[in-house]
Amino acid sequence: MIKDTPFTHFHLALGAKMAAFAGYNMPISYTGINDEHLAVRNRTGVFDVSHMGEFVLKGEKAIDLIQRVTSNDASKLSPGKIQYSCLPNDKGGIVDDLLVYRLGEKEWMLVVNASNIEKDWSWISKFNTDNVEMHNISDKTALLAVQGPDSIKALQKLTDVNLSEISYYTFKKGVFAGIENVLISNTGYTGAGGFEIYFEDLNAGLIWNKIFEAGKEFNMQAIGLAARDTLRLEMGFCLYGNDIDDTTSPIEAGLGWITKFTKEFTNRDQIEGQKKNGVLRKLVGFEMIDRGIPRHDYIIVNEAGEAIGKVTSGTQSPSLNKAIGMGYVKSEYAAEGNKIFISIRDNKIAAQVVKLPFYKN
Amino acid sequence: MNFPDNLRYTKDHEWVRVEGDHAFIGITDFAQSELGDIVYVDVNTIGKTLNAEEVFGTVEAVKTVSDLFLPISGTILELNVELNTNPELVNQDPYEKGWMVKVKMANPSEAKELMDKAAYTALVGH
Repeated sequence: MIKDTPFTHFHLALGAKMAAFAGYNMPISYTGINDEHLAVRNRTGVFDVSHMGEFVLKGEKAIDLIQRVTSNDASKLSPGKIQYSCLPNDKGGIVDDLLVYRLGEKEWMLVVNASNIEKDWSWISKFNTDNVEMHNISDKTALLAVQGPDSIKALQKLTDVNLSEISYYTFKKGVFAGIENVLISNTGYTGAGGFEIYFEDLNAGLIWNKIFEAGKEFNMQAIGLAARDTLRLEMGFCLYGNDIDDTTSPIEAGLGWITKFTKEFTNRDQIEGQKKNGVLRKLVGFEMIDRGIPRHDYIIVNEAGEAIGKVTSGTQSPSLNKAIGMGYVKSEYAAEGNKIFISIRDNKIAAQVVKLPFYKN
Repeated sequence: MNFPDNLRYTKDHEWVRVEGDHAFIGITDFAQSELGDIVYVDVNTIGKTLNAEEVFGTVEAVKTVSDLFLPISGTILELNVELNTNPELVNQDPYEKGWMVKVKMANPSEAKELMDKAAYTALVGH
């Protein structure tokens, strides 16, 4: 059974190409991927990301549960702050990546990938031996990401909360478009700046319309999941299911910065060992030197044609107008500047390992 | 959507324009619209003789890779080199500037067996 988001009828009315994604009927693109991509980089665009999962954890012991299941150190967060983190599994991989919001002294929100809502819920519940109050509010929570340099000017018209005071990875709750208790978060998945707006789904229609009204003078447009993917890839942000999954370690994925060994958490010892002693493969970014576009699961080879890894994400970059990708390679090939080759339809196409992000503001 | 009268069409959404014993081949307005922004047309069969329905290349949109099937048998003579630098011509002008390959037909009568405008229009429902 495919679920609708509270905005599905708006997408259909705009003539979006729709597809099932993580069990939801989602907009893939409206006017064209390049057009939508550049609208976000240059102006402002709105993504319906209501399919994402939200869990609220409450009580004295909530912090202990979060510290136990996540790799980053949530005790560093004061109320109003957000952290990128992951849920390591006990076999060296990642259950999911997520955002941890500290809503109050004893109240937290975890924002997880739509495709992993059930898996994450049962994983976290398994460690909830202190009966921490957990609420899965995913089905009644609407989420719009308004991204791009003009987003702040458009959204400021709808609220008295001073948006310029909400710094990156922090949030405020307030009245937005006349609706109380809206969570305004300076986060996103595009590297273009902007906000993610969480609210109850009953207000979905009103808020969608008000945002587009406010954005009209900036030529705000609706943006589909396809451009969301090209935008995040230009920034080198990992996509769960592509670049990270149940078999990739946070260290291999370059996510060592969200592993903090100041506390106990799942598989801490193995991860700490990897950080100290190194790993056999690493996730790298690369740009194509010769003509060709890397795609998920293409084999990466060395000069001699021997397999040294696999592409996890790839595209023609709309902002840079060149082909870019990420993939795991044996660690000896992972240094910046190294020449690698992508096997594309049995041809060996040259590429070069580069520093992430691909796109620099 | 635009499907010119003077072309023949395939169920794989390619078109053929016959000029003597040569044929020009590309993808239809319907195909380019479904694929979205075309970023690469990769043809590595120049000089090869292929049967009808064999793969002669691939067309890549931002997010997708699709095989290109030769509508009629023949020898691939040339690629539209403009597409190397301007693949978006396939979106902007699929039947003229966006042609993909020129083929020397092995059997010119094959083209007559392909769909005409009416049959193709019925297939894609426009």
